[in-house]
Amino acid sequence: MSNIQKAFENGKAFIPFITCGDPDLETTGKCIRAAVENGADLIELGIPFSDPTAEGPVIQGANIRALNGGVNTDKIFDFVRELRKDIKIPMVFMTYANVVFSYGAEKFISTCKETGIDGLVLPDIPFEEKEEFLPYCKKYGLDLISFIAPTSENRIAMIAKEAEGFIYIVSSLGVTGTRSEIKTDLHKIVQVIRENTDVPCAIGFGISTPEQAHQMAETADGVIIGSAIVRILEKYGKDAPEHIGKYVKDIKQAVSR
Amino acid sequence: MTNPKGRFGVHGGQYIPETLMNAVNELEEAYNFYKNDETFNRELSELFNNYAGRPSRLYFAEKMTNDLGGAKIYLKREDLNHTGAHKINNVLGQALLAKKMGKTRLIAETGAGQHGVATATAAAFMGMECVVFMGEEDTKRQALNVYRMKLLGSDVIPVKTGTATLKDAVSEAMREWTSRISDTHYCLGSVMGPHPFPTIVRDFQSVISKEIKSQIIEKEGRLPDVVMACVGGGSNAIGTFYNFIEDKEVRLIGCEAAGRGIDTFETAATISTGKLGIFHGMKSYFCQDEFGQIAPVYSISAGLDYPGVGPEHAYLHDTGRAEYVAITDDEAVNAFEYLSRTEGIIPAIESAHAVAYAVKLAPTMDKDKIIVVTISGRGDKDCAAIARYRGVEIYE
Repeated sequence: MSNIQKAFENGKAFIPFITCGDPDLETTGKCIRAAVENGADLIELGIPFSDPTAEGPVIQGANIRALNGGVNTDKIFDFVRELRKDIKIPMVFMTYANVVFSYGAEKFISTCKETGIDGLVLPDIPFEEKEEFLPYCKKYGLDLISFIAPTSENRIAMIAKEAEGFIYIVSSLGVTGTRSEIKTDLHKIVQVIRENTDVPCAIGFGISTPEQAHQMAETADGVIIGSAIVRILEKYGKDAPEHIGKYVKDIKQAVSR
Repeated sequence: MTNPKGRFGVHGGQYIPETLMNAVNELEEAYNFYKNDETFNRELSELFNNYAGRPSRLYFAEKMTNDLGGAKIYLKREDLNHTGAHKINNVLGQALLAKKMGKTRLIAETGAGQHGVATATAAAFMGMECVVFMGEEDTKRQALNVYRMKLLGSDVIPVKTGTATLKDAVSEAMREWTSRISDTHYCLGSVMGPHPFPTIVRDFQSVISKEIKSQIIEKEGRLPDVVMACVGGGSNAIGTFYNFIEDKEVRLIGCEAAGRGIDTFETAATISTGKLGIFHGMKSYFCQDEFGQIAPVYSISAGLDYPGVGPEHAYLHDTGRAEYVAITDDEAVNAFEYLSRTEGIIPAIESAHAVAYAVKLAPTMDKDKIIVVTISGRGDKDCAAIARYRGVEIYE
């Protein structure tokens, strides 16, 4: 069984996203520990990219702050190695294809394995292009996470059948960022997924309030929150960890209700 | 085996968010149908001939030829098209296709503003809504084109992210497309992005080489020895090359923007300085650092100021079928002035990169050789910027 699936054994899962190095890796480390202490089930660690085309302004801002702060792929691997000394819950990297490709796909993925990363979330790798990295993910035992979007329709079954780790359901059209309302018929999407696989599914994009998180958790197996957490970092900088801890606690309670 | 769809050797592909996959699949299906549809092709030819002013002239640049004292130089005058550049060829094709697909809204990115103006023009003409994304830096360099787009009824959104140039405008247009797909067609301006765009844009631009071929045969009774064009994303260059790819005796030369030089960081010469990567939906060559972060490129030309190159160019480079050379700002500006003085033709600063290489190459070739240079656009839009480059402050 994939290590990632352990995240879904403790009731509905809460998956916080955080950009490594925003504003510095020391703060990232403290935020992650605060999130884990307050009930996070899986951590989605962002490796910043210069041109994150799937992100809204909030996470774009985090990418820029992190890169300006001097973080790079090697420093992030060292950081994960250090983190793994006490953080036991599953962790995945979220980044863009070129970050993996330019490092050397096999070198990147084998280093993920060695440092304790369990999977990869790559928004610019759709089903059709997954062979770019899948053979190395299989070789080193990482899960390559599949996306399903409101526009996937006839593609849902095909994607679900080959999914591993968890399925990342994109709640709405557009890029990441908080939304006041989510209108997509997610029940129907989850129903088609369930007919095709037992792999758990988590909903992300647009979720920020405990009430939204609760609603989404009623539909799926977990909830992913990025922009709302990055906003806390944007606001509090190095003092963000305690605020993130509190936020994670509220969301975890809301998804467990 | 990676996705074989839309590949040029290892390049190309569809590296885009899942949200867009059905949109590009729908576009591919529609294109495959309409490209062989008689009515569609007749309507497009009508638009090319009666609206855009095709075929564009193949002009023998006699003064330039005599002045350089080498090969005969012909200029393919895409600058004479309606809206002043080759961009209209692709835009009319895509807008017509979008209309057939039932789309009512066009979005586009633009660098120099020529593709934005062409898209705004087609949208006005076809009664479609239009939004153009343009790097804030470029809206300053090309203020006149911003006004033209607005005059034509389009919204122009200045993009402030990243380097606030063409690459950021592409990113923002992609983001916009993921948020509104059902009524919107993304009218991509170059032979780049995910499949099927590099193929669609190439096919619509290939009218350039189709015309060059018949025009040069009419004038000279034979094929040219060299065809050349400037390369940013590479749409006018692929249009210039395409119908000559099988004619191995014809040299294909693409002229990239070296900016302040390929040994500096202020360059946009992707093939000279980039490495293989994945960005903006495609695998190709990109200017990037050792960790795959896309480099902030620079060129005096807003239209060539892009850190990547279309996947088919990357392939033509790999196979050696086409050659790519880098031209600095200085060389391009000299050529801009040279062609204006010598032939009375003010080329776009983008096209001046190709002129600059012709100036270098022609004297090294015999007088019975023939070079065709595509003048992708006219240079009126650049006059203020070139004046500033020469230290003259003029206000538009």
